[in-house]
Amino acid sequence: MSNDYTSSEAHPIQVSHETARPYELTDVVSPSKTNFIKVDDFRFFYGKKEVLHGINLEIPSRRVTSFIGPSGCGKSTLLRNFNRMNELIPGVRHEGDITIHGTSIFDPSVEVIALRRRIGMVFQKSNPFPMSIYGNIVYPLRIAGQGDRSMLDETVERCLRSAALWDEVKDRLHESALGLSGGQMQRLCIARAIASRPEILLMDEPCSALDPIATAKVEELIIELKRNFTIIIVTHNMHQASRVSELTAFFYLGNLVEFDETRKIFTNPSKLQTEEYITGRFG
Amino acid sequence: MLRNRFLTGLCIALSLLTLFPLISIVILVIRNGLPLISMNLFTQLSPAPGLEGGGFGNAIMGTLVMVCISLLLAVPLGILSAVYINEYAPVSPVSSAVRFVAKLLTGIPSIICGVFAFAAVVMTSQHFSAIAGGVALAILILPIILLTSEQALMGVSVSYREASYGVGATPFQTIWRIVLPDAMPAIMTGIMLAVSRAAGETAPVLFTALFSQNWITSVFEPTASLSVLIYNFASLPYAYHIKLAWSASLVLVTLVTLTNILAQMIFSPKQR
Repeated sequence: MSNDYTSSEAHPIQVSHETARPYELTDVVSPSKTNFIKVDDFRFFYGKKEVLHGINLEIPSRRVTSFIGPSGCGKSTLLRNFNRMNELIPGVRHEGDITIHGTSIFDPSVEVIALRRRIGMVFQKSNPFPMSIYGNIVYPLRIAGQGDRSMLDETVERCLRSAALWDEVKDRLHESALGLSGGQMQRLCIARAIASRPEILLMDEPCSALDPIATAKVEELIIELKRNFTIIIVTHNMHQASRVSELTAFFYLGNLVEFDETRKIFTNPSKLQTEEYITGRFG
Repeated sequence: MLRNRFLTGLCIALSLLTLFPLISIVILVIRNGLPLISMNLFTQLSPAPGLEGGGFGNAIMGTLVMVCISLLLAVPLGILSAVYINEYAPVSPVSSAVRFVAKLLTGIPSIICGVFAFAAVVMTSQHFSAIAGGVALAILILPIILLTSEQALMGVSVSYREASYGVGATPFQTIWRIVLPDAMPAIMTGIMLAVSRAAGETAPVLFTALFSQNWITSVFEPTASLSVLIYNFASLPYAYHIKLAWSASLVLVTLVTLTNILAQMIFSPKQR
């Protein structure tokens, strides 16, 4: 079987709308009315192993939502479902649904390529391509068939400014991106992730490989970016979650334990498990 | 302590011993081949038996032409197969079969490649030719190129692929714009190794390209090669031809070594 990620017909995961459970309000922990991404009784399997056990979640638009929880709790797995990156792994399947603006991302009419252009992603380890800074940022546009030089130049400047990197690199746009420092590389990856003007930005532990100064810069950037983007960030650093996010979801062993305003999660959580994790008694 | 020193000494002695045959070959070839080296060797044809003077420019030319033909055939096939088995279908019966056969082919005696090309090209076209020699060499180097290319593709970081898919690239775009360019230095190293292997082989060209006393004018005619020239001239009873065979050996060893060194120098240290 060929790994064809592009064609929706050959899509390996079948969504059965008949078996999907009707949406029940009582299942949902919803701190905000302006929902945007809706996760509906979502289960996820690596082979036979179920790693997400029926997640229900509504993520509001233009906010920073952080996913916290101990390693292996499923937070990254859920994050990587929003842009269907998990489909790159053979032998995975899911049940339930995820909708964005009311449209299921698993609907056969949704092209995974188009979906990923609408959803930027920043990875744990910064991964600029081994090409120039300029080449990295215009890559998402070039693969979409955009060749207009002035448009590309404009995008490079806009994205680098948004990622607070323009002043540092404007004189060496055509030098290799691999010559940048670790923190600059990660900000370059953020610039690249927003080049195709996505609505949503997924960040999978974006600061775990950075020193405190670079981390502070990326955190400032996240707070700045939420004006234009819906940001979901997975983090192991609870201080980071409390600094940058307005909403926090706590996951444990594949379950969503609690989802609420960050302030409440960190000062007055309603679940014992959350409190124990926050205060460092386990995890 | 004493035991430790003894074992260390033994290891050093044995490693020097492995160098001995290699160094003796080089010394022997240089000593016997060097006296005749001049520009004439590269620009002139071989003398008639019993006569002196001249060189083996046609054999150098023939070797280069046949190596090029083999590369034209084996490089696209090898790289594209590697792309298929590593990128498109890493776990499929076809890929397993290709991998298995490629590994088998690396162990096949080179003379068998020659026999095959003889049957497939020479017999059907009724001509010994550079094409037939090139086909034989292509079969010989195809598994080398395929397997080193696969290794090269496997060496490309998963994070590049994730980054590319993450911004909405198709598998085709990811492979052509990100994966292949990054793997290219390692693929080129494999190609250079294949070149040096193909240039040095005698058996595959012995009865496919045969030999020729003249300059190559067409790829459809019998063609001289350095390796076959060494084989032919070394067995002649004329002193000058034997000297020419030594010089041809020196030229061949130099060519192969240079290709190897070049491959290491240009392509090995990945610019990270």
